[in-house]
Amino acid sequence: MSFITKSNLLEVKDLRMYFPVVKGFFKHKVADVKAVDDVSFAVKKGETLGLVGETGCGKTTVGRCILRLYEPTAGEIFFRGKDIAHTPEAKIRPLRLFMQLVFQDPYGSLDPRQKAGRIVGEPLEIHHMVKSRSEYHERVEELFRLVELDPSMMDRVPHEFSGGQRQRIGIARALACNPSFIVCDEPISALDVSIQAQIINLLQELQAKLGLTFLFIAHDLAVVRHISDRIAVMYLGRIVEITDWKALYENPMHPYTKALLSAVPIPDPFVEKRRQRTILTGDVPSALNPPSGCNFHPRCPIAIADCSQGVPPLRELGSGHEVACIRV
Amino acid sequence: MRHVLEVTNLRTQFNTDHGIIKAVDGVSYYIDEHEVVGLVGESGCGKSVTQLSVTQLISSPPGKILEGVVLFEGQDLLKLKPRSDEMSAIRGNKIGMIFQEPMTSLNPVLTVGYQTNEMLSIHLKMSKKAARERSIELLKLVGISDAAKRIDNYPHQFSGGMRQRVMIAIALSCNPRIVIADEPTTAVDVTTQAQLFELMVNMVEHFNTSLVVVTHNLGVVARYSHRIYVMYAGRIVESGMSEDIFANPLHPYTIGLLKSVPRLDSPKEKKLVPITGLPPNLMNLPPTCAFLPRCPYHEERCILEPWPELRFVDNKHATACFVDVRGKIH
Repeated sequence: MSFITKSNLLEVKDLRMYFPVVKGFFKHKVADVKAVDDVSFAVKKGETLGLVGETGCGKTTVGRCILRLYEPTAGEIFFRGKDIAHTPEAKIRPLRLFMQLVFQDPYGSLDPRQKAGRIVGEPLEIHHMVKSRSEYHERVEELFRLVELDPSMMDRVPHEFSGGQRQRIGIARALACNPSFIVCDEPISALDVSIQAQIINLLQELQAKLGLTFLFIAHDLAVVRHISDRIAVMYLGRIVEITDWKALYENPMHPYTKALLSAVPIPDPFVEKRRQRTILTGDVPSALNPPSGCNFHPRCPIAIADCSQGVPPLRELGSGHEVACIRV
Repeated sequence: MRHVLEVTNLRTQFNTDHGIIKAVDGVSYYIDEHEVVGLVGESGCGKSVTQLSVTQLISSPPGKILEGVVLFEGQDLLKLKPRSDEMSAIRGNKIGMIFQEPMTSLNPVLTVGYQTNEMLSIHLKMSKKAARERSIELLKLVGISDAAKRIDNYPHQFSGGMRQRVMIAIALSCNPRIVIADEPTTAVDVTTQAQLFELMVNMVEHFNTSLVVVTHNLGVVARYSHRIYVMYAGRIVESGMSEDIFANPLHPYTIGLLKSVPRLDSPKEKKLVPITGLPPNLMNLPPTCAFLPRCPYHEERCILEPWPELRFVDNKHATACFVDVRGKIH
């Protein structure tokens, strides 16, 4: 992963994002919240990389750094071969032509006073992608059809749509400027169970049709497994395991991955009776004051004294299967 | 086994400016001793309102319990006034409740100890000192380390999972006959969810109570409940033993739900089959089956006749559907 290959659309190297904690009138810095600490991975063209982890593990921050909604504290982000980690603010907007975001909350992420058509069409104007009024209309209609919404609903405002339909509007907006890369940040967790499958299928169809590359951020492992080609598991700001979906589910190596998988119930009582459950003790520690050495060692069932010594690096154990644990 | 709680034909509705919402429309179910019962359905299907009606926690107006019988320990709870002493003596004491958001169901300006003690001193008439000792014991039991010190902390000093543990301790403090857990783990992470459920199921054994789990998560009910009720649009559409419901679902809605969620162990190529359309608006429900517009199995009869009652297909397995779907599921 040390060199930039052509097949990688995105490469993240040693990404760090620290948020300062300030105190007092002069706002002097007293500590850092290490939201993302030394994260490296690559996303190939046309694939879906799933990023899983629990609340506060930094998965959303990774997504936002890549989109340059945050300027990372350190590290490199190569997008289409160019380092964008420290591109000045003024030059970021053209980048958004190529990378877009689908938000988690379909209610909060759409302006309630704008019409649906306008929400979807705004990127077209901002990026000067259409020349005439009629072309604008055609393109918005096309986008509506692409996400299986009736173009006649263009003049409605967001509250007239259901949660699933709103998420479709959010997806249409993300697709407006023909991006090649989309960060999906928990796109289905706010939706009802029966609607979730509709959105998952839509995302998969769009990926096949338009050749999109996804970074799919979620906490639901069953969904991530279903949609991803490769999966990275994060814990407290670091990636602890990254591999293809099959290896992760059939042969998880990191003790945290194992616990995470066993915590997900399978909707089948017969299977459940035979499953072994690893129940973790304790809570996720605060990112403000992470444990020494391996972040996971206070909760790890197989930790030894050495685990609290140094941060375990990601090691390749098997083709493309990287694990950050000294005990495997 | 005896029924601890038996609800018959419960109907609750809300009168709003826009019309009447039939949130619970003729629901009957029972809970046996030492049983874990799952109540599954999507948001807005009336599963929470059913539970709130049982303990008369529906705010009225706009809510109103129209009819029904809630038989608990030989008396009909709906005959009691919501604010009467008799009802208060049951609520929290004999029927414990765990709510969805531990953040909002604990009072932020009172210490955790105050809130656990309150239950013990009101219902069990314990002295201050005895209540505090018992509270510490309970907090230890639900896995809060250093309980003797933590008891004087405020809810914000606890993490989400810890707060829910406190709620579990409160719910169990008076040795209730039934604990109702309404989406107890929606606000927490998967590993914490597993911890909390493991704790609740152990506690049910330890305290000899029954547990009602209200959830939208099919995996959770498959893992923990003995018996399941599936709700849709204010009614129970399928009921039965867990194994039966998951192995041979009979109602098209249950089948749809099972086919639309990805499973950790299913072949990856398998495409999800979403349920088409949207959940119905409870304000103007059609007289026919509410699932009809989304149902791939419907027959002519479904369009002509009113919503069918639950019918038993075998001993314990019932469905509210005319169509015999067996053999038609692909």
